Amino acid sequence: MSADNAVRAEAVKTTANTGNKTMEAKKEVVKMQAEHLNLHYGSFHALKDINIKIAKNEITALIGPSGCGKSTFLKTLNRMNDLEEGVTIDGKVTLDSDDIYHGSLSAIQLRQRVGMVFQQPNPFPKSIYDNIAYGPRIRGVRGKDKLDQIVEESLREVGIWDEMKDRLHKSALGLSGGQQQRVCIARTIAVRPEVILMDEPTSALDPISTMKIEDLALKLKEKYTIAIVTHNMQQASRISDNTAFFLLGELIEFGKTQDIFLNPKNKKTEEYITGRFG
Amino acid sequence: MASESAAVLGSNNEEQKMREMKARAGRAIGVDNFMTGVFYVVAGFFLALLIALASYIIIKGFAGAKPYMFAFDSQGIGNQFWNTIYLVFLSLLISVPIGVMAGIYMALYAKKGRVATILRIAIETLSSLPSIVVGLFGYLVFIVMTGNSWNLFAGALAVSILSLPLIATTTEDAINMLPDSYTKGAFGMGATKRQVITTVLLPAATPHIITGVILAAGRGFGEAAALLYTAGMSTDLNWHMVSAATNPFNPFRPGETLALNIWALRTEALRADAAEMANLSSAILMILVLGFSLLAHTIERHMKKKSGV
Amino acid sequence: MKAKENSWNFFVRLCGGIVIALPIVIGIFLIIRGNMTFTKYHHSIIEFLFSSNWAPADDMTGGGHVGSAVYIVGSLITCGLALLISVPFSMAAAIFMTEIAPKGGNKVLRPAVELFVGIPSVVYGWMGMTILVPFIKKIFNINQGYGVLSASLVLAIMIFPSITTVAADAIRSVPDSARKGAYGMGATRWQVIYQVVVPAAKTGIMSGVVLGLARAFGEALAVAMVIGKTRSFPKGILSPTTNLTSAIASDMGGVMEGGEYNAALWSMALLLFLISLLFIFIIHRMAGSAERKEKKLEKMAEQAAKAEAAANGGN
Repeated sequence: MSADNAVRAEAVKTTANTGNKTMEAKKEVVKMQAEHLNLHYGSFHALKDINIKIAKNEITALIGPSGCGKSTFLKTLNRMNDLEEGVTIDGKVTLDSDDIYHGSLSAIQLRQRVGMVFQQPNPFPKSIYDNIAYGPRIRGVRGKDKLDQIVEESLREVGIWDEMKDRLHKSALGLSGGQQQRVCIARTIAVRPEVILMDEPTSALDPISTMKIEDLALKLKEKYTIAIVTHNMQQASRISDNTAFFLLGELIEFGKTQDIFLNPKNKKTEEYITGRFG
Repeated sequence: MASESAAVLGSNNEEQKMREMKARAGRAIGVDNFMTGVFYVVAGFFLALLIALASYIIIKGFAGAKPYMFAFDSQGIGNQFWNTIYLVFLSLLISVPIGVMAGIYMALYAKKGRVATILRIAIETLSSLPSIVVGLFGYLVFIVMTGNSWNLFAGALAVSILSLPLIATTTEDAINMLPDSYTKGAFGMGATKRQVITTVLLPAATPHIITGVILAAGRGFGEAAALLYTAGMSTDLNWHMVSAATNPFNPFRPGETLALNIWALRTEALRADAAEMANLSSAILMILVLGFSLLAHTIERHMKKKSGV
Repeated sequence: MKAKENSWNFFVRLCGGIVIALPIVIGIFLIIRGNMTFTKYHHSIIEFLFSSNWAPADDMTGGGHVGSAVYIVGSLITCGLALLISVPFSMAAAIFMTEIAPKGGNKVLRPAVELFVGIPSVVYGWMGMTILVPFIKKIFNINQGYGVLSASLVLAIMIFPSITTVAADAIRSVPDSARKGAYGMGATRWQVIYQVVVPAAKTGIMSGVVLGLARAFGEALAVAMVIGKTRSFPKGILSPTTNLTSAIASDMGGVMEGGEYNAALWSMALLLFLISLLFIFIIHRMAGSAERKEKKLEKMAEQAAKAEAAANGGN
């Protein structure tokens, strides 16, 4: 049970650190919301009646064992599952109270406002500069000065400007995994999205790179709303404000991270976060 | 509406930005839809072109045909049809054993190192040789240097040079596609390398190799440039006397094929019905080629289904 | 048992050896015969390549002219034009069957494209003669439709499937993560295709184009049937000309074995052989440099990771 205690102790610590600020700074604003969301892969019922609110300028962690639907749910938030075949969705998902599946928002516009960082760092086989300028360019940003500025700001924001400034025009594929992932995050924030979805962004990285990405996520939430899928309980407890626990396509429990980790209401949640299965 | 909620949030500036973004995304989507349309048109165009071309050739060929054109004599193209089949058959007799063995060599004996590199370059060189160049080589070696006149066998040799790389590479691929466990299992039971190959790997790879052989045959039917100066552009078969030098099974006699016949008939001076004859030859060639191609596809699909279970 | 093994091994190696020996033997024969123009009949390579004075003597004494520039230019122009026509269509078809409609593309368009490969070149030539040539004559209102444009169109249709299949394979091998990254940022499908997928598949696509070019260069009968076989430089895309393969196909049978004319035709065949070798070399160079670049980047990424670990360990 010592692992169990360690997790809880950590959760207490982090909430103690960040708790104050969230309490006094702002009232919770809902940025994205899913209501009665159901998703089928062919005949397989992958998400069952999901109801969840993603709070603005907070980090929401989605946890649960493999195949529980947490990544699938994340992808419904920017309609990446449109690209897969045989997926049917009913229910409602909103961004700022606009229905993203049935409203006037196209998937393209939606993804420009809700960006995504993937499990495997996936820089395009282009230079670092072109990777980061990619998003602004497809939105019609022209002019070297403007792009230069965006590239610099984005790289500064993810904390690798000093490392990258002399090799901006070299291929992004020559970077380490951790650097690649931060370039990918910079690429995502270069277009100033409102929400950033992170799909296990550190699972391919070493512990030190992981720590850096976590610090970055905490910094980024000041400006952006973040939803992150993670396998790592410590990570969820360290960085998130809210946690959602998924199991077999169902949302078992959702609430403040400190509540989920310290006083889980559901037995399954408790068993999972203390490492009894998963 | 997104713009409404932006307006609620406040500044006009924000609203304008939102509207601009929407317009830009709209334009990008417009371009996307347009390009998708272009792709469908191009794909549709080629599908239509193939269907139109194939059916035009076949229909026109048979529509203009007279009964005498099917005869196995100097008036019809029966002899050319026989020569085409017989020549491809002979060429496969040569190229299949050598090609399959060479494929085995590539897949199991020379996997890495300098020999493998040289083999690969050799195969690529062979498969990119212009067929007219192979024809000239065949002419020099099988006709001029042996002192023979045009003959079917020389043509078959030239065609087998052209189909050799295809058969060798399909064999290599077929063997490489087999799971490692086949080899390991057989070796584990004390089989020699030869036994592993002949009793396990080759039988398992056979359907795939057959697809390659059928494709090679399909190409062989249509080959003409390599035969111009090897098989010759005349044929005179005696179907009644087996002992005659012109008996259909004697490979050492001139043997004009359907493809060569079309080339020979391009000048209408040859005979009054040249155009109709060439059309009919084209039609029969198309049927042969398409039939073999479809056969290969069917076998391949069948195999995929089987291995998919 | 042992004897069986040995003879089997011998036979396998023999067949491998035949495959290696064949192109070498073909090359040697071509060099011996093709060189006669320059050794036995004392012409210079410069004359052969750049002069347009073609009047080789059809006997063993020689003394004629072997300038093949018209033939070479004819080959270059028809192939270049064929490539210009074919590449955009091939790209569109390749993209269609990989990115736009992979299901229908794989089931319908791909087998159809492969059927195109199988159509014999004489049939293409014959169709060119009987459909295309009269058509071009009619729409451009000229005396006859034989010429550069007809030859290029026939070649374009012939090389379309080769380029398409290779390009489609290259596009298919672009990892999905690159596509997802771009889609995730709100790129449209067309943006993903032309900004991410096609650049990533560049090397493979170029190999397909070179392969198509090689096929066009070596094609003989189909071109010979529609090019018009007129020994003069083309004045425009509608005027008739001739090319290397047509010359070999139509003249080789009638000339005296071992004579100057014969030798000059062999030199042309040698030139074709060398060009096809050159194309293979180009494809290998492209693939090799792409692979080296990839390896280098991988190595750099490894080093970057190591440097990072060292820096972090020092803290």
